[in-house]
Amino acid sequence: MGSSHLRPPTAMAIRARLGFVILLLLFFSATLSAALYEDQVGLADWHHKYIGKVKHAVFHTQKTGRKRVVVSTEENVVASLDLRTGFIFWRNVLGKNDDIDQVDIALGKYVVTLSSGGSILRAWNLPDGQMIWESTLPVSTPSKSSLYVPANINVGKDNLILVFGGSSIHALSSMDGQIVWRKELSIDSLEIQQIFQPHDSDVINAVGFVGSSEFVVYHISYRTGEVMQQSKASFESGFCGEASLVFDNLVVALDASKSSLVSISFKNEVINFHQINLSDLVPDFSGKVTLLPLKFNGMLAIEIASSIHLLRVKGANELEFVEKISHPFAVSDALPLSKEQQAFAILQHEESKIHFKVKSDNDLRNEILKETIQMDSHRGNIEKVFINNYIRTDRTHGFRFLVVMEDHSLLLIQQGEIVWTREDGLASIVDSTTSELPVEKEGVSVAEVEHNLFEWLKGHLLKLKGTLMLASPDEVAAIQAIRLKSSEKNKMTRDHNGFRKLIIVLTRAGKVLALHTGDGRVVWSVLLPALRRSETCGNPFALRVYQWQVPHHHAMHENPSVLVVGRCGHGFDAPGIFSIVDSYTGKVQNSLMLEHSVSHIMPLPLTDSTEQRLHLIIDAKLQAHLYPKNSDSLKHFFNEMPNIYWYLVEVEKNKIRGYSLENKAELDTAEEYVFQAKELWSIVFPSESEKIAVTATRKMNEIVHTQAKVVADQDVMYKYISKNILFVATVAPKAAGEIGSATPEEALLYAYLIDTVSGRILHRVCHQGAQGPVHAVVSENWVVYHYFNLRAHRYEMSVIEIYDQSRADNKDVWKLVLGKHNLTVPVSSYSRPDVMVKSQSYFFTHSVKSMAVTATAKGITSKQLLIGTIGDQVLALDKRFLDPRRSVNPTQSEKEEGIIPLTDSLPIVPQSYITHSLQVEGLRSMVTIPAKLESTTLVFSYGVDLFFTRIAPSRTYDSLTEDFSYALLLITIVVLVAAIFVTWALSEKKELKEKWR
Amino acid sequence: MRSSAALFNPSPPLLLLLVPLLIFSHLLPCPLAADLRSGDGYTIAGRVKLGATSKESGLPAKLTNIKVILNGGQSIGFARADGYFSFHNVSAGTHLIEVAALGYFFSPVRVDISARNPGKIQAALTENRRVLYELILEPLREEQYYEKREPFSIMSLMKSPMGLMMGFMLLVMFVMPKLMENIDPEEMRRAQEEMRAQGVPSLSNLLPRSN
Repeated sequence: MGSSHLRPPTAMAIRARLGFVILLLLFFSATLSAALYEDQVGLADWHHKYIGKVKHAVFHTQKTGRKRVVVSTEENVVASLDLRTGFIFWRNVLGKNDDIDQVDIALGKYVVTLSSGGSILRAWNLPDGQMIWESTLPVSTPSKSSLYVPANINVGKDNLILVFGGSSIHALSSMDGQIVWRKELSIDSLEIQQIFQPHDSDVINAVGFVGSSEFVVYHISYRTGEVMQQSKASFESGFCGEASLVFDNLVVALDASKSSLVSISFKNEVINFHQINLSDLVPDFSGKVTLLPLKFNGMLAIEIASSIHLLRVKGANELEFVEKISHPFAVSDALPLSKEQQAFAILQHEESKIHFKVKSDNDLRNEILKETIQMDSHRGNIEKVFINNYIRTDRTHGFRFLVVMEDHSLLLIQQGEIVWTREDGLASIVDSTTSELPVEKEGVSVAEVEHNLFEWLKGHLLKLKGTLMLASPDEVAAIQAIRLKSSEKNKMTRDHNGFRKLIIVLTRAGKVLALHTGDGRVVWSVLLPALRRSETCGNPFALRVYQWQVPHHHAMHENPSVLVVGRCGHGFDAPGIFSIVDSYTGKVQNSLMLEHSVSHIMPLPLTDSTEQRLHLIIDAKLQAHLYPKNSDSLKHFFNEMPNIYWYLVEVEKNKIRGYSLENKAELDTAEEYVFQAKELWSIVFPSESEKIAVTATRKMNEIVHTQAKVVADQDVMYKYISKNILFVATVAPKAAGEIGSATPEEALLYAYLIDTVSGRILHRVCHQGAQGPVHAVVSENWVVYHYFNLRAHRYEMSVIEIYDQSRADNKDVWKLVLGKHNLTVPVSSYSRPDVMVKSQSYFFTHSVKSMAVTATAKGITSKQLLIGTIGDQVLALDKRFLDPRRSVNPTQSEKEEGIIPLTDSLPIVPQSYITHSLQVEGLRSMVTIPAKLESTTLVFSYGVDLFFTRIAPSRTYDSLTEDFSYALLLITIVVLVAAIFVTWALSEKKELKEKWR
Repeated sequence: MRSSAALFNPSPPLLLLLVPLLIFSHLLPCPLAADLRSGDGYTIAGRVKLGATSKESGLPAKLTNIKVILNGGQSIGFARADGYFSFHNVSAGTHLIEVAALGYFFSPVRVDISARNPGKIQAALTENRRVLYELILEPLREEQYYEKREPFSIMSLMKSPMGLMMGFMLLVMFVMPKLMENIDPEEMRRAQEEMRAQGVPSLSNLLPRSN
């Protein structure tokens, strides 16, 4: 479907279509953007909010009223969720490199987050998420740092929040974030492990290691930061740096060899060490050992060879083995039930069941609570659990479990039931593709809504009332409800306009989900077994998703499928992973571990006889592997092999190289599908003056309607349309950093247009005083790129359009229409192109996160640029604003053609934000999908949130709009017919009267 | 008075940092002056104000979910309830501050931190080159994301194709007879007779006759 070999349109087609295009231009030159009315929100668009994989969670359930859980996530989101429903009360998305280290609640009303390696502490208002204060801590080296918020809330006393990491402790007022005291414990290489406060005392204890063998205890005044007591002792065999606080005066640490535990007791400046061999404690001890950070009195959890061992600490030298729990499991932090009692939860996975156990420190052998629930297998294993308790009516303790699963979803479990689920893996989409829905089968009923003519008419009458502003508020609500729940858009079959599709997304967790374009619901989801952590593949990594098989015509009964490509580890030489998933059911059809690595994936515009798309995988050794591996695909591939060219951009080496393919000399059967790369050309950018900032190409499946562009005075310009154009932007290495880091004199930006078959540079332009970040989009014969102009200190957008001069003789549109032209000469990369380039630059107000261009089924509709702004909105900007032929005073004929007078900056019309009053938090990418209806493009944008809508860049000229009033049309017809009869009767009467006269 | 001075001095040394610092130092979380002198960079502090242009003059606009962005995302700050924000450890040079607030259009602000004379800072809106004396960021305009539904009016109904159809019909119904009246009755009769003679099909002929 997407494969379109470039072929000049025939004269007939041009003749027929040209008229249509001109007609369209005339009709729609006046309308620039199709804006939305407020009551149309939700008709064609949907917006889903997510938060990402939860790292920390703090419950807030003490007070009556709203019960919340405050979470921080890997997407740097801090959010407050409704504990009953899982809905987001509020959330704040922090910057990209502002990772949240810890989150807690202070004073019962502020959410405190520590971020950026322990250097920024912020407090947010618990009810609404408003930032209350922010404090920057002078941390010399970002290190693992922690937050200590004292739990005992003494009213009237200003509680201090302690932040510790490295060798420093900061105490901040929780009211306003002022640093009250700061203690730099002046010992080099001190690593504070834990801070704790014995009950009701004004002294805090800090324990840590100096170097690898010394243990230090500080007693510090809570109010002033004064060191009151300090003691240290060294242990010969050394520590590995992991320690767990068991009692107020006892720490258990792992020794340097990781084979024995050291219990360290400290009391009144006396530190005693006791070494206990792990093999004495644990029956069959072998493998890697880690201490789990479990803040639990009198207990210790150690992970040995992926199973967990619970140890009870009875005294300084007395440890007792309690229980062994095998993988997969999760252990929660300790939860104080009362002053003396603590509880913690152990979750254990057993196939599709999860066993929940809650134990208290009084009795480790038995459980307070034991529950088992069924869990869908497509969520994977449990990764994390947080527990919270509540008092039941019979005064016993009940527990809630907040569970983070392997697919990053978040669940709340209470009384053995899943209360709510959040599909938060969707906050980290890696790649997406689309699939058509199945064709409606005969016999299956068509929309039942409109079967009843009376109901249908009633609905339209109601709508008419709405347009005439005669409807009462109740009726308005009814109209809105009718429009929103129209079942039409959510059906699981293909529709005539091509609005209903499946968006298939791949998330970072290795999960593939199919979303329905009607309302964004998850149709199916599967956690790919190949992309799960296993013994053979310790660190799997999801890369891309492609259409693998799109059956049409003769193979309609077959389901389409998608190809998911992954990699086993982050290096380029790590072996690749393939998985083929059925697009309708989510069933994994095939999955294999590749022997070679995956550094570049090329879907070819070729299919084999079963309509499987051919893919070339380039590995790190520059060998090309053909998939699917069958003789049929090989046959098809050999036909096209001389025409296959590809290139690699090596950003680190500042090099672009073009290749073709050749057969391997030694052809043994196993390597039949492996081809050797043959280097054809290379472009090396001088590394002292240029650094590759961005590259962009046309979308593989973009469809161009016509090569000819009719300009004023019936002239024709020919677009230089080549699939092989690569846009490269390079910046001066000095100005490669952030905006404030370079002066205009040292900044330079070069834009190149390169033909990737011949390596010829078609065009090169230099922007003085410009720097990155550069965002670019290539479509048809033009490139639009966004960069920062340091001289004006504003963002700029430039457009480059390339025209084919070799066809310039066919200037006259009549020549084109009559067929006297040389358009049948194919466009070839081999011939030296005779191109003409036009360009222009404009200021643009905002920073840009991502850019895309609309795509329609036949490429007739004019284009819009989609600009993801720094405010996480998506702006649709008509391409006509980025037309190099714009001038300050366009002539009359240019005006008729639709050329907008030149302005120095691009207009930002608020109504042309396709996200209207919503934000796609953490926006990363926008995907455009053509609908069957030529005027319409589907837009799917994702980041932390998902947003989907459909837009019509030139308005929906090929269909009636949603709010077209059929009732008004009917009434008009009825009135007209009635009027005909009335006038007829009148004229009859008059005639009769005349006759009587 | 200060603005008049500015007219003659295109880039006055700006006190924008120090002004809010001196006035509001009791409000700000950390002593800015100390940070200014410390080696690892400068502090940019300012305030976002929405109230001035808010249409509902009664209530000041809410400042939730307002982000202040330094250098296109290098770091993201949040505005406090009173609108104050700050960036710490900023290097000397020319920086760009943007405000992302839904419903408002803010101009990006160019902030120059001089490396030679520490503390000398200048700021200007990039959209209209207006120089700021204090780093108080106000929206240039409010943004309406929705097209306004035109309230129902006879004119809009009349302008619709169906309205035009109806209008034309009414015109024919009521104005044409008036025009006919002006025609000389003699001529009229003659014309009618001619028409009858030619047998021009009239509407009455087309419709089925009941009698």
